[in-house]
Amino acid sequence: MKNRVIVIGGGGAGLVAALSAHESGAEVVVITKEYPTRSQTCMAQGGINAALSNVEEDSVELHVENTLKSAHGLANEDAVRFLCQSAPDVVLWLDSIGVPFSRTKENKIAQRKLGGAYAARACYAQDYTGLKILHTLYDRCMAEGIEILNERYLLDFIICSDKQKPYVSGVSVLNIRSGEVEIHEAQSVIVATGGYSRVFHKHSTNSVASSGDGIAAAVRAGARLSDMEFIQFHPTALKNSSVLISESARGAGGYLLNSKGERFTNELSPRDEVARAINDEIAKGGDVFLDIRHLGTEFIENELPQEAKLAKLYENIDPVHELIPIKPSAHYTMGGIEVDENSSTCINGLFAVGECASHRVHGANRLGGNSLLELVVFGKLSGDRAAKYAMSVDKTTEISENKNIFQEKIAEIKRYTNEINFYEKQRDLGELFYLHVGIKREKKSLYSVLDKVRETRALLPKMGVSDKTKEYNTNLREFLEFKNMLEISELILISAIGRDESRGAHFRVDAPHADKKFEAHTIIDKEGALSYEN
Amino acid sequence: MKINIKRDSVVEYDIDAEGSTLLELLNRIKTELDPSLSYSSGCRSSVCGSCAVRANGKEVLACSYHAKDGDLIEPLKNSEVMRDLVVDMDKAYGFNAKAKAWQSSITENVLLSHEDEKRNELQSDCILCGSCYSACPVYAVNSEFLGPFALTRVWRYVSDKREQNPKEKMDVIQTNGVWDCTLCNECTLVCPQEISSKADIEKLRARSAMLGYSDPSFASFGGGFGFDGSPQF
Repeated sequence: MKNRVIVIGGGGAGLVAALSAHESGAEVVVITKEYPTRSQTCMAQGGINAALSNVEEDSVELHVENTLKSAHGLANEDAVRFLCQSAPDVVLWLDSIGVPFSRTKENKIAQRKLGGAYAARACYAQDYTGLKILHTLYDRCMAEGIEILNERYLLDFIICSDKQKPYVSGVSVLNIRSGEVEIHEAQSVIVATGGYSRVFHKHSTNSVASSGDGIAAAVRAGARLSDMEFIQFHPTALKNSSVLISESARGAGGYLLNSKGERFTNELSPRDEVARAINDEIAKGGDVFLDIRHLGTEFIENELPQEAKLAKLYENIDPVHELIPIKPSAHYTMGGIEVDENSSTCINGLFAVGECASHRVHGANRLGGNSLLELVVFGKLSGDRAAKYAMSVDKTTEISENKNIFQEKIAEIKRYTNEINFYEKQRDLGELFYLHVGIKREKKSLYSVLDKVRETRALLPKMGVSDKTKEYNTNLREFLEFKNMLEISELILISAIGRDESRGAHFRVDAPHADKKFEAHTIIDKEGALSYEN
Repeated sequence: MKINIKRDSVVEYDIDAEGSTLLELLNRIKTELDPSLSYSSGCRSSVCGSCAVRANGKEVLACSYHAKDGDLIEPLKNSEVMRDLVVDMDKAYGFNAKAKAWQSSITENVLLSHEDEKRNELQSDCILCGSCYSACPVYAVNSEFLGPFALTRVWRYVSDKREQNPKEKMDVIQTNGVWDCTLCNECTLVCPQEISSKADIEKLRARSAMLGYSDPSFASFGGGFGFDGSPQF
């Protein structure tokens, strides 16, 4: 089959890429481990940035400036400029396919101000911006007749080589329902599998699916990863569950209080600063609370109903009368698969987009409202480039014999001895990461976590699954996810150890200042070899 | 506390988890007691629509339901059970495509007001959890019924000024669509987003009538019958 583009991942980035590749003339298949509408994109609340000046004066220049400032010297200015310049057009495109944005009195798309922005720039759909964009994209894919294969778990990209230049020729996936390995052939493959915040296990605001599967598979295939040490923590997640309490609670005037009931920081500082201030209070042995009581019953009911509902559900407290216990939690991973200005990895035909990719627009700290923007802008670009590449390749490669290889790999995992419960190891890894690879890091403890991760990897054959069933084996899927997270953990740690400075979300207690010589992107390969490039 | 989960047969689990959400409890069973238990989950905050199940016969999201001692947890109805609490949603979601629940063409430069936004704000809150689909009794008699969430989605698009061909949208939902609903309201009662598909179907019926459509089950009787069975002329 020729002109075929496979998109791995059915979130916002994957669906935009699929629509774009389809429009550019390719035959497109989306493969997702869940269903598209269940993807992480649905959790985005804040909005999508575009300098439309619908509410107040704004400009592409200001958007560029704010993004670069937040990135702490680590973003590529050309990429950022492309992102910000494309923003007004892509928001109008979303509007043209039916996204139900909130509107102003002047019948324009409503915009609000998020942290780090000099103007009201984030276009939103109440508190459901991501949900409504994702569902509208899904409906658009249905309208265009794009094929979607649900509940297929990515195993590996299949890489061939032509005069020693590697190229992708398809993917192997585990059909979760049947338990069968499937080989899907394509000239281009777009990775759109999301971030890796679940390395922090229960200390993450993300969906349980954010296990970095595509990043792990890409690096195994020979792609390079970039800036893996930059992980954004959201300051206010619920203490017990890490469920996100939106920034709007602080934007509306909510306070942060310590155990003594005192305010200890400017609540509206950038996310990394607020997260560190909260972290310091907790490190002293105290608790931190979000206080919205003074905003009043009516305001809370009308403006923060989600927050009130979640606080009641998970913390069993009524925020109208009580303090909400909170802590910072892993929220967004800036690092990912290294791609060029065509969203292409260093492997021909293998593209990456969305949170799993590093387009060098977020740098050391992502600006709120830029992640939804990124997935549309680069989704369109990657889809088009992948389609053009697929159409330029005239050969097809016979890869079906790979099925046996991957089936044997699964069979081998099922033979693992299961003496150790991997779920416990997964919890341990999350705790270690939260303590030592989170908001504040220190070289010595990073090394000790690295040792621990390597030890755990060596123990994998003693773990495995107790459920040997073929059909719908979620125990197996979760083990494969854990295996991917362990691989990624090692690369995060090596990257964090190498960067002997503090910048944005990467804060090293033993090197608390930014160092000019690290004003470059960390690049790492599967062997863990580090380099710094611009 | 004891909790009963419908697997091949009903299995009772005994676990100390007072005050937990059902999802937290399922996670504990899976990671501590029985890794073979299968269920779906995602966001834990009621927006991804992965974890709908039935608790004592009523559809709930596992992430927003507090489990109680003695609860019986079962998979959703009207979809094939893949394993334990997981059902295959392909057929259910396929009704969105059958109902053509999308904007029929790309439409630029249509200005929408605040009132326009409010017309389908609630309908576009749908998370496709499938609770309404499971609760709908029509599937017992018509397995091809487009169903509550797909019809709500159609309302979302036809009520939008950006839709350039609403008549075509309305044509699609006349068969196995708006007239097959019994208006029993079960869908409304179980929706975690407080959407009423029943109300949306009534609006679609009214709009169908304006386009000259009528309830086909009454049409063969000339003037048809009212809800109390009396003939109407």
